[in-house]
Amino acid sequence: MTSVSLKNVSKSYGTVEVLRNIDLEIEQGELIVFVGPSGCGKSTLLRMIAGLETITGGDLTIDDIRMNDTPPAQRGIAMVFQTYALYPHMTVRDNMAFGMKIAKKPKAEIDAAVANAARILQLEPYLDRLPKALSGGQRQRVAIGRAIVRDPKVFLFDEPLSNLDAALRVATRIEIAQLKESMPESTMIYVTHDQVEAMTLASRIVVLHGGDIEQVGAPLELYERPANTFVAQFIGSPAMNLLNASVVKTGASTTVRLDHGGEVTVPIASRAEDAGAKVRLGVRPEDLTLAPPEGSFLKADVEIIEALGETTVIYFKPVDTGTDPLIAKLPGIHKVAKGAGLSLAAAPEKLHLFGEDGLSYLYRD
Amino acid sequence: MEQLLGALASMAAGVGACVLYFWGGNAVLDLIFPARGPDIGPNIRRANMVRPWLFLGPALVLLTVYLIYPVFNSLVLSFYGPSAETYVGFSNYTWLLADPGFHESMRNNLLWLIVVPAAATFFGLIAATLTDNIGWGNIAKSLIFMPMAISFVGASVIWKFVYDIRSEDVDQIGLLNAIVVALGGEPQAWIALPFWNNFFLMIILIWIQTGFAMVILSAALRGIPEETVEAAVLDGANPFQIFLKIKVPQIWGTIAVVWTTITILVLKVFDIVLAMTNGQWGSQVLANYMFDWMFRGLDFGRSATIALVIMVMVVPIMIWNIREARKDA
Ligand SMILES: Nc1ncnc2c1ncn2[C@@H]1O[C@H](COP(=O)(O)OP(=O)(O)OP(=O)(O)O)[C@@H](O)[C@H]1O
Ligand SMILES: [Mg+2]
Repeated sequence: MTSVSLKNVSKSYGTVEVLRNIDLEIEQGELIVFVGPSGCGKSTLLRMIAGLETITGGDLTIDDIRMNDTPPAQRGIAMVFQTYALYPHMTVRDNMAFGMKIAKKPKAEIDAAVANAARILQLEPYLDRLPKALSGGQRQRVAIGRAIVRDPKVFLFDEPLSNLDAALRVATRIEIAQLKESMPESTMIYVTHDQVEAMTLASRIVVLHGGDIEQVGAPLELYERPANTFVAQFIGSPAMNLLNASVVKTGASTTVRLDHGGEVTVPIASRAEDAGAKVRLGVRPEDLTLAPPEGSFLKADVEIIEALGETTVIYFKPVDTGTDPLIAKLPGIHKVAKGAGLSLAAAPEKLHLFGEDGLSYLYRD
Repeated sequence: MEQLLGALASMAAGVGACVLYFWGGNAVLDLIFPARGPDIGPNIRRANMVRPWLFLGPALVLLTVYLIYPVFNSLVLSFYGPSAETYVGFSNYTWLLADPGFHESMRNNLLWLIVVPAAATFFGLIAATLTDNIGWGNIAKSLIFMPMAISFVGASVIWKFVYDIRSEDVDQIGLLNAIVVALGGEPQAWIALPFWNNFFLMIILIWIQTGFAMVILSAALRGIPEETVEAAVLDGANPFQIFLKIKVPQIWGTIAVVWTTITILVLKVFDIVLAMTNGQWGSQVLANYMFDWMFRGLDFGRSATIALVIMVMVVPIMIWNIREARKDA
């Protein structure tokens, strides 16, 4: 069943359009993650679903009811803010109970809901404390508890972990994953710009860029079959290498010649009219391997070596005219000298092909 | 012209003397304990022990002369007769306890104390909230704040016109009476109506202090994290509930500071009463009563006693106020 649906939604502040033609269907029980660079409109989109921002164009429906003009409290949503937004003058218990008290629910019902949320989040010992007497992680759990108490159809999270330190972030991320598992019918929308959070939590990821949706898909789908160069470089770290090339042979698989390297055949279909076209060959750093010169399609000079033990990251001098270094991420320890020229290769099925417009050859129809 | 030159000269002399004192004193200290030679360590230590006192000295002396000494002198005076020559023991205090004028002043001061800080803070809070939410809020704010720039006596003169009364056969020039008459009522001598006149005087101070309360509270309201308000919106609170249950509790500290600051001011209220009624028609207050005994009754002992009563009432509030203000910062 569709839980949240956005149809042609847009948002402008005055003449500045910050979101354009957003179309998105979110199924009940999904955990959708919005990712994208800073300022791409993730928070704005989330706040529009919450009702904290007006919707300038298009339709928002939650459980098939149009919600564009419904007050936030009646949309059946709950939101967890980056800064927790706890009421500083209320105890943990009152923070969680506030919404139900406003709704004039019976006391027994409120107590039961608060007790339940406190149990799930292990907040029982802190119920009578003020927020200022809690650690950052505990505060974030209270904020999540406040959302649980509302028993919403849709949970909204706006970068809930970004104010926590690294260790706590991992722990809380796992807690959120467990929380989601314990509430399979709840829909969750989660904003982050942390890739690891996106990849580990999401059932589907929405990549936003400059107010547009670039691609929607399961985490590994985005990793393996990025729709364009933006997604290709945004998902995965270090970012995918893009090499200038031109098509020399078309068909069920495509052969390209690198501007600064050899020829390689990629098992991706191309059309007859693509012959001679300028393309970008994408190869992830972790897919590059060292190869004997005859089996390689690329030669590059080592510039910087980062030996991490489990992996070795090698930064090469740019092979194209651009300034981006070529990066290879090799498993294990590799003793290579700075300045050495290395021959590189990659399994053909791991290669990506993008047209001059940046769109993947995979998704052309 | 001559006066102007004189003023400039004395200003220059004053600043010069200060510079001379601080710079010269420091230089002399360095001469006595030079930071060189065999005793360099102990010398620096000694000089550093003296230096703070050297710099604090003038301020401490001035504080003692103008603040601490008067308090003790008042205490002493309160045990002496009118001209401060004969020791009279506690008789000033026993007189005060029985004096109807003092009772009246105490009662009125209590009324002022209850009404003015509450009303000024309340109106200030309302004004702060409303002006933060309207387009021409800044203009409204300036208008509400304007009375702060007027001296109490000046304000009293303005309000004397508002409360003015003329005999029935001529037009009323007082705003209030003009309205009353226009509505078909009888003109009243507002500031001579026993008991109620207190409130007409209080309105003047409220009028002045609302601007102060508004400015401080408006700053505090803006300091509230926007997200707590948004969270309350999501929790279903209406604007009224957000104001009372989310915003006001978050600025309690500031409200308390504003309240007590006005309270202290009210305890010392003097100019308004002096200018409007001079304590007639049952509108006496402590500060004016003290002034009365000092300059009309020419009784140093009694006025010092009244001064001490005012001080005893102000000090605890002031201590609390300063603590609270520090906590906020
Ligand atoms: N009130 C506003 N008026 C005009 N522009 C705004 C306003 N609020 C946000 N924007 C613009 O909308 C765009 C999207 O902002 P948004 O806060 O949604 O970004 P974000 O993706 O959440 O970024 P971040 O990762 O930094 O939180 C930004 O370019 C921002 O400048
Ligand atoms: Mg954001």
